[in-house]
Amino acid sequence: MSTSTNTSPARAQRPAAAPAGRVRRLSRRDKWVLSFMVGLPTLIQLILVWIPTLLSAALSLTRWNGLSLDDIKPTGVDNYEFIAQNYPPFWPAVQHNVLWLVFLALIATPLGLLLAILLDQNVRGTKIYQSIFFTPVMLSLALIGVIWQLFYNRDSGLLNFLLGTAGTPQAVDWFGDSHVNIWAALIAATWRHAGYVMILYLAGLKGVDPTLREAAQIDGANATQTFFRVIFPAMRPVNVIIIVITVIESLRAFDIVYVINRGTNGLELISALVIQNLVGEGQVIGVGSALAVILLVISLVPITFYLSRAFGKDKEA
Amino acid sequence: MTSHEDALSSVRSGWDRRTLLKTLGVGAVAMAGVPLLAGCTGGSGPAASGGSKSLTFGSGSSDEVPKAAYKAVTDAFTKKSGITVNTNVVPHNDFQNKINTYLQGSPDDTFTWFAGYRMQYYAGKGLLTPIDDVWEKIGGNYSDAMKKASTGPDGKMYFVPNYNYPWGFFYRKSLWAAKGYEVPTTFDQLTALAKKMQGDGLIPIEFADKDGWPAMGTFDYLNMRLNGYQFHMDLTAHKESWDQKKVSDVFDTWKALLPYQNPNALGMTWQDSAKNLGDKKSGMYLLGSFLTQQYTDKTVADDIDFFPFPEIAMEGRDAVEAPIDGLLLTKKGGQNSAAKDFLAYLGTPEGQDVYASVDSANIAAAKGADTSKFSPLNKKLADAISNAKSISQFFDRDALPAMANNVMIPALQSFIKDGSVDVKNLEAQAKSLYAAQ
Repeated sequence: MSTSTNTSPARAQRPAAAPAGRVRRLSRRDKWVLSFMVGLPTLIQLILVWIPTLLSAALSLTRWNGLSLDDIKPTGVDNYEFIAQNYPPFWPAVQHNVLWLVFLALIATPLGLLLAILLDQNVRGTKIYQSIFFTPVMLSLALIGVIWQLFYNRDSGLLNFLLGTAGTPQAVDWFGDSHVNIWAALIAATWRHAGYVMILYLAGLKGVDPTLREAAQIDGANATQTFFRVIFPAMRPVNVIIIVITVIESLRAFDIVYVINRGTNGLELISALVIQNLVGEGQVIGVGSALAVILLVISLVPITFYLSRAFGKDKEA
Repeated sequence: MTSHEDALSSVRSGWDRRTLLKTLGVGAVAMAGVPLLAGCTGGSGPAASGGSKSLTFGSGSSDEVPKAAYKAVTDAFTKKSGITVNTNVVPHNDFQNKINTYLQGSPDDTFTWFAGYRMQYYAGKGLLTPIDDVWEKIGGNYSDAMKKASTGPDGKMYFVPNYNYPWGFFYRKSLWAAKGYEVPTTFDQLTALAKKMQGDGLIPIEFADKDGWPAMGTFDYLNMRLNGYQFHMDLTAHKESWDQKKVSDVFDTWKALLPYQNPNALGMTWQDSAKNLGDKKSGMYLLGSFLTQQYTDKTVADDIDFFPFPEIAMEGRDAVEAPIDGLLLTKKGGQNSAAKDFLAYLGTPEGQDVYASVDSANIAAAKGADTSKFSPLNKKLADAISNAKSISQFFDRDALPAMANNVMIPALQSFIKDGSVDVKNLEAQAKSLYAAQ
């Protein structure tokens, strides 16, 4: 109580004395609340994110059967050597992750942007379209598996039925043929990703000041020019988020290949390999941790790059 | 008093609320029994000799039917012996995935598991109690092959088999009768038959490997028929190298079979394949006898028949792949004689009949179990097992799980795709993975 009575006169005087610096003394209670509110998330972050990360980095340099702690044997970089040289699914997985990134960046994300622009034109029933395109983002893993199974199944799927090849030897085996199943999976991923991007861009488009558009039109810009020269740059904060999301999604892509065939036979992805090696019966803790660390390092590169660019520019502006 | 103490100690070890309540209930019953027991011992001296009156039983058989079947067994056991069984049922995937922590933490006295490498592995790590004394009582109920499968790496007995199911070729009798096909007993006859079937417009050998594990059955049989049962065991335990001619021979022999197996295997599950066999689109199918559960139409189910994998080079058709499920005793359970009594009970035809009366999908493992309710097919399956000189457990039970899941599945899938396999790389991976254990 005494602190609050002490600070109140100080607060009253300060604006007069130093109008520029709006420094306020924090009461003891404020400090307590603040440190609690900062401290608790930090602690949670530490326990749930950083300590496990460091532990898995440490485990990636060991061999361990998961039984007693005495069985942990340091092996240096053996696990990494094993992954790079002797683990056949690893390099295909890296290639698939890169392909995933390129496909999402060049096809899925622009498709989402296109949908957003179309639905932003006050089309009749735009809310319905929005819901339809956004639904895939909300569906559960199991349901997605069922839906695409219905679509891609070789003998009874909709796609082969439409192509007229269902039940014939010419029917394409969309999930089983390792040359085509990655594309089938990418289409399914696009189906989800585009809806996600669309919602974000719709929000971004709504946030753009309409006077910018009017000004551009008065200056004689056509619709394309208005969009690419004025509107799109004005959505820079959304763009940064979309880039980061696209990169992250392509690195952690996992669910779709997992429901198809658990990430084997042409659908290897790093995240699926991590799961295979860390969870369940095929557990190899050292190798799994090493894969997780590799995935972490790869993810850190683009994320830090874009975030530092984004925040760096904000500061300059 | 001993019974009460045991009840208390199991309260301490498992702090889960439900077990606590259960055990308190047991404790209360035991408390009520104390005066009676004391009254007994007063006259007859050391007769009771510390025999406890309860045990805990961890079960991964969480599906409806097996769960009910184990309940019937524990009830019958309690009725017979007066020993209480506290069953903790865990969903089977969780049970398998958490077995490491389970066995090291405070496990139940006895638990459901399977024979094979993982039984041997935990036995070798000292997490199980050998039960040679139990086997002295029940040994006569089992064939030599069963006994072999229940033995640990130190030559002691660890496992009580409950039931198993054989792998082999299944086919539709009516289709074969119509086309005049005959059961092949040699590999040459098999390929000749397959060729004939192909000429008749059938897929000769149904095959599915989208899930990765079914192809291991073909590999195991080819390996055992070419190189013998012991080689299969040594290879899966990694006492033999993968980088040798014997292993490449298996794949070379398989290449002769590949053109007759369903070319779309990589996109199919075994259920898809079962449908093809049921629809008479394919001639035969190498799978475990759980295949028959797919045929709910009785006319189809009754039309299914079985023949064992034909002989190739070694040991005729002596070895059968028939994964065995049963019970093990944990390190902790070794101190509880009631748990041993329970294992001994399950190892009798009587105990297995109780199980089979509820769950009839499998073949009881003990000799002398009731076969009167068997269908002709079940009888044939049971004969295949009881005539077997050695029983393998399927690759993913005989080998290190990581070897099966992370190495064999991709290797077999790529072999099915293009007929090539890199045994050098298999050996390199095996070396690294087995060293980590």
